[in-house]
Amino acid sequence: MTKKSLREVLAELLADQLVSVQERLGETTIVVKAEDMLSALTLLRDAEGLLFSQMTDLCGMDYSEYGEGDWQGRRFAVVYQLLSLVNNQRLRVRVFAEEDDFPVLASVTQIWPGANWFEREAFDLFGIIFTGHPDLRRILTDYGFVGNPFRKDFPLSGHVEMRYDPDQQRVVYQPVTVEPRVVTPRIMREETYGCN
Amino acid sequence: MPEIKNYTMNFGPQHPAAHGVLRLVLELDGEVIVRADPHIGLLHRATEKLAEHKTYLQSVPYMDRLDYVSMMCNEHAYVQAIEKMTGIEVPLRAQYIRVMFDEITRILNHLMWLGAHGLDIGAMTVFLYCFREREDLMDAYEAVSGARMHAAYYRPGGVYRDLPDSMPQYEASKIHNAAAVKKMNENRQGSLLDFLEDFTRRFPTYVDEYETLLTDNRIWKQRTVGIGVVSPERAVALGMTGPMLRGSGVEWDLRKKQPYAAYDKVDFDVPVGRNGDSYDRYLVRVEEMRQSNRIIKQCVDWLRVNPGPVMASNHKYSPPGRESMKQNMEELIHHFKLFTEGMHVPAGEAYAAVEHPKGEFGIYLVSDGANKPYRLKIRAPGFAHLAALDEMARGHMIADVVTIIGTQDIVFGEIDR
Repeated sequence: MTKKSLREVLAELLADQLVSVQERLGETTIVVKAEDMLSALTLLRDAEGLLFSQMTDLCGMDYSEYGEGDWQGRRFAVVYQLLSLVNNQRLRVRVFAEEDDFPVLASVTQIWPGANWFEREAFDLFGIIFTGHPDLRRILTDYGFVGNPFRKDFPLSGHVEMRYDPDQQRVVYQPVTVEPRVVTPRIMREETYGCN
Repeated sequence: MPEIKNYTMNFGPQHPAAHGVLRLVLELDGEVIVRADPHIGLLHRATEKLAEHKTYLQSVPYMDRLDYVSMMCNEHAYVQAIEKMTGIEVPLRAQYIRVMFDEITRILNHLMWLGAHGLDIGAMTVFLYCFREREDLMDAYEAVSGARMHAAYYRPGGVYRDLPDSMPQYEASKIHNAAAVKKMNENRQGSLLDFLEDFTRRFPTYVDEYETLLTDNRIWKQRTVGIGVVSPERAVALGMTGPMLRGSGVEWDLRKKQPYAAYDKVDFDVPVGRNGDSYDRYLVRVEEMRQSNRIIKQCVDWLRVNPGPVMASNHKYSPPGRESMKQNMEELIHHFKLFTEGMHVPAGEAYAAVEHPKGEFGIYLVSDGANKPYRLKIRAPGFAHLAALDEMARGHMIADVVTIIGTQDIVFGEIDR
């Protein structure tokens, strides 16, 4: 009996929960709807032939400036990198948050306890809310930080800077004084550029 | 008897056993940990955001500064992600050089870990021993890249340049006279490969020395055996990788399971622990050093007899030679475009992972076809490990928290990014 390919197993088990499957560069990426995510991800962990027992990485995404500003889909997504130790296979799962203004997704801490801090990170940096997370606090940014720094509309230099004020004899926050500056502009080229 | 309430204690961020800038809020019942809440982010530099505003090549040095005790392994994951997306063929010699330096890096990391871990739980001497050997390996770093730590030696398409034919020499000073310097320079007379071969001959004895100090040491065992036990199932679920996972008895090593670079061409064994405690993880890491030494030896032998290019020849991604650049208009344009505008990576996404000394270090790269990454996510092994600190420390004594931090091999450069 020949072993079924990952694509076939996924199509069989996830059936209509699967929005799309893509195989590129030897990696498989699937997209799952936010409403199905918990059942689909639980299935990915437990189903025979998949057994993605480890969630290697969880990455928040902000697609708002993707390409030349012509991104059509939803703005926020979370990308899960899954690893099956038994089958020695990797899988990438992308789930888009339904609302752009207030992105909410279900927490997967019940499925992979290791997701805890990764979700806190995505919450901190992108402002994605994970329902059912036991302890959704900021993790990387400073105590009392305002904003979600990895969103594309957050400037690289931030909004506030910190300095020691000798008069008040304490550290104060003030609006940034650095001018935003682009060293190398972001450039898109057509496929055939320089290939004549 | 009066009721004694739990109390909360702050540990760090300026505590020497906190390995950098870890702030731990510990809830204690007497001397027993009820809850450990690590506060991280004090070294957060937003590397991922910075990388979105830099060309691909400009981000290579940022990778060194993630896990600043295993620099080249970080670079390896990053250049692998770019190579995967652009489809650059890396010359075999460059792959062997990468494997060799990955293993040098692994020894560097484990030595740093062993020294610091020993120091944390009361073994002073081993720290000094470890730093003696680190010196030699950092000289190897310096010989190839000019920098002792932040090398920026791996580039998309290969490595920056071929291995040097000579080693830097010590010079006489107030502290060392000419005779002493002559003795110090004895093994530096040949090429880098000669120096490394000499090192691989000496190193097993050094590892024996560390083991004499620790492996059967009663105090060391009292401090590490049975501390921070993680079951194999739990280790997988918590996202642990590397020695943390292997210490629990799961045989999982990306170098074997998903070989990259030239790892499928070298011979080595993967040590696995049995009990999943700090002592087993110590044994795993010590054995890994011995195995790394074996790999370095094999790479040295191969590199001696197989000269060749160390950089891909596609000048869309790798710079042309200095000489041809001065003579050839086309090459001049390539050079100019590469270092001003940078390379363009085709739209798409890729995840590249390497077996970093601490675990699985991955780079998830999303490109929209521009000359800068659209999103770069760094999967740091230490992040997942530190997240498990609470679970590992619960029920242990406060002094064991130091052991557990040590055994996790925490480095804040990668956790905070």
